[in-house]
Amino acid sequence: MKAAGLIFSNIHDASIPELTKPRTMASIPFGGRYRLIDFALSNMVNSDITTVGLITHNNYQSLLDHIGTGKDWDLARRSGGIRILPPFITSGTRGDDRLYNTRLQALVGVKNFVENCGADNVIISDCNMICNIDFTDALECHIANDADITIITKLVNTSELKFPLDKYIKVVTSNDKNEIVDYLPYDNQEGELHINTNMMIIKRSYLLSLINEADARGYDSFSRDVIMRNLGKHRFFAFEYDGYFNYIDSMQKYFFCNMKMLDPSKRKLVFHVKNRPIYTKVRNSAPTRYTESAKVTNSIIADGCVIEGVVENSILFRGVKVGKGTVIKNSILLQNTYTGDDVYLNCVVTDKNVTIKNGKMLSGHETLPFYIGKGTTV
Amino acid sequence: MFKKKECVAMLLAGGQGSRLYALTKKTAKPAVSFGGKFRIIDFPLSNCINSGVDTVGVLTQYQPLVLNEYIGNGLPWDLDRTFGGVSILPPYQGFSGSDWYKGTANAIYQNLEFIKRYQAEYVLILSGDHIYTMDYNKMLQYHKENNADCTIAVLEVPMEEANRFGIMSVNPDMSIYKFSEKPKNPDSNLASMGIYIFSADKLYKYLTEDEADPTSSNDFGKNIIPNMLNNGERMFAYGFEGYWKDVGTISSLWEANMDLLGEKPVLSFSEETRIFSRHENEAPQYVGAEAIVENSSITEGCEIYGTVINSVLGYGVVVEKGAVVRDSVLMHHVSVGEGAKIEYSILDSEVQVGKGAKVGRPRENAEGITVIGAGNVVGEGEDIADNQMIYSE
Repeated sequence: MKAAGLIFSNIHDASIPELTKPRTMASIPFGGRYRLIDFALSNMVNSDITTVGLITHNNYQSLLDHIGTGKDWDLARRSGGIRILPPFITSGTRGDDRLYNTRLQALVGVKNFVENCGADNVIISDCNMICNIDFTDALECHIANDADITIITKLVNTSELKFPLDKYIKVVTSNDKNEIVDYLPYDNQEGELHINTNMMIIKRSYLLSLINEADARGYDSFSRDVIMRNLGKHRFFAFEYDGYFNYIDSMQKYFFCNMKMLDPSKRKLVFHVKNRPIYTKVRNSAPTRYTESAKVTNSIIADGCVIEGVVENSILFRGVKVGKGTVIKNSILLQNTYTGDDVYLNCVVTDKNVTIKNGKMLSGHETLPFYIGKGTTV
Repeated sequence: MFKKKECVAMLLAGGQGSRLYALTKKTAKPAVSFGGKFRIIDFPLSNCINSGVDTVGVLTQYQPLVLNEYIGNGLPWDLDRTFGGVSILPPYQGFSGSDWYKGTANAIYQNLEFIKRYQAEYVLILSGDHIYTMDYNKMLQYHKENNADCTIAVLEVPMEEANRFGIMSVNPDMSIYKFSEKPKNPDSNLASMGIYIFSADKLYKYLTEDEADPTSSNDFGKNIIPNMLNNGERMFAYGFEGYWKDVGTISSLWEANMDLLGEKPVLSFSEETRIFSRHENEAPQYVGAEAIVENSSITEGCEIYGTVINSVLGYGVVVEKGAVVRDSVLMHHVSVGEGAKIEYSILDSEVQVGKGAKVGRPRENAEGITVIGAGNVVGEGEDIADNQMIYSE
């Protein structure tokens, strides 16, 4: 087997605290019926990677509920399939610091999975990005280069970005043979930059040696202790991904990335790629019912909704109810949001099971969407 | 090893459904799409699991490919069980010969072994022709309370329509004293819904006797029920109230689809009566900036840029700019080109309608529903009138 997968489900939780309070980054709802992990998982399955470990940290009940047996991603397998890897607390590497805090510590905690996954390479992925990537080409390059690590990069032009890059984003510089020659946190550079997508391929034997070394020496930063320390010594390569890519690291970006999906050309690059569908958990809702008073334009609507009012430029998840005389504009309503009659919402994000009673008016701004927490009644 | 099951369901799904013409050319009637994301068989299968009946034999015969594929291992209905679950039962070659299913009774007779393996005490006989939600468990309790040999679910129909159904005449305690198939002068308006519960030993006895009778047409309605009545067995009618529709004709199929629409639809589902279906992995539906959607039911994967009014759309239907779909049922992956007009029609799956084409006529002055069979192409600018039936062999 060429590769197994490893997905970090919690790594960026802190960047979007509102939505990760009741869940992991991986289980944040997206695009009408998906959760963010669906991208990482579907990308792996569509690249024939069918042994996947899912590293969790905390708050992972909603994630377990979403994944189930893995059947919906065709990952309920007798050999391989999906393996959930909760923190292995008793294996604590150092003193009282028992639950891992960094990417590298998390990898140390899943040594067993890496040892037994039976693949030559491990594809590591975060789950805060929206993309539809075929790992096959990257994997072939990785093998042809005999690389220890291949980092999948994305070319961005800082002048075209709606949101400036954050300091934690790593900028990758490589030579004409794609060998990485520099790897630094973003520091206000301008122009075209190759950024780390946080998807990478690591040779398994190399990963194991990293894990052992990190464990022995107490290393905890993947960027500093692995990449930067060994730059020029070990075989690190870059692979440029040229498809659609966006990542979510704030509420504004969550709002922006969702709204991007209203653009048919963008949606096509993510959801309608031939032979590479994005899978998600099946929920068996009835189709959505529009009544005579419904008026819907430029919106993504999941199944199981009942729409009696006006919906514009919005994303409605499964089981949302829009009452009569109600106007929903530029908003994201998560699963089972109930709006009564004559409600007005603009730039609002409602979490699951929110109820908005008759006649309420709420408005945020696209730079500061108004978020309403899970289960709240307004 | 087979664990004992109190009640086993047998679902008769071999019928051709010849009155649906183009829609059943290549698929058995129970596999015909309904309401956007369902197929007719989802209703009895979901009713089974919602009623706690977890062992179901599905008897197939006519065009079983799509049906077999659709049922698969039964996972969507939670019927992929180690003990019980769903089993497909096609006609087979036996030691002493082989035979197609000659009638409904013969189909069950040929599969008595299936029922016996589960040592079932009761057998629930269902058909794959109707749209309804029902708790079979309540009917089973009723059967047991009456210490009945056979219980038949009945529905009150208007007296003037009673001559179209199998009619039960009952005593005040609901025991049946007469059964008449499509009577000219009905004396009751309790119509059989084609749902029976038999006590297993009686079913074995009557099926075996029926099989030995060369003049029998091996049918429950024509032979088994009358024979049991003649012999004075304990037979009861179980009154059902609620939505029930035989979707055996083009117009009734269309009507049942339309029953899903409106502010308070006649046909709707609650948490207890959820209808499960095999799910296609499609993105959510998208309604474009210039689209108009009114009084319609739309399923995942649809992309609507034109106008959709009073219609039911299945998975992945695309309605391009300027196109109008009205009073119609579009099954999965139909595409409607720019400026095309669909009125009062049923389009089976994967039909492609070219730019500016016209299908059907406005309902007010149409003679009948236009039906286009699966996979057909309506060329650019082509015009198909009302009451047409288009299909390829």
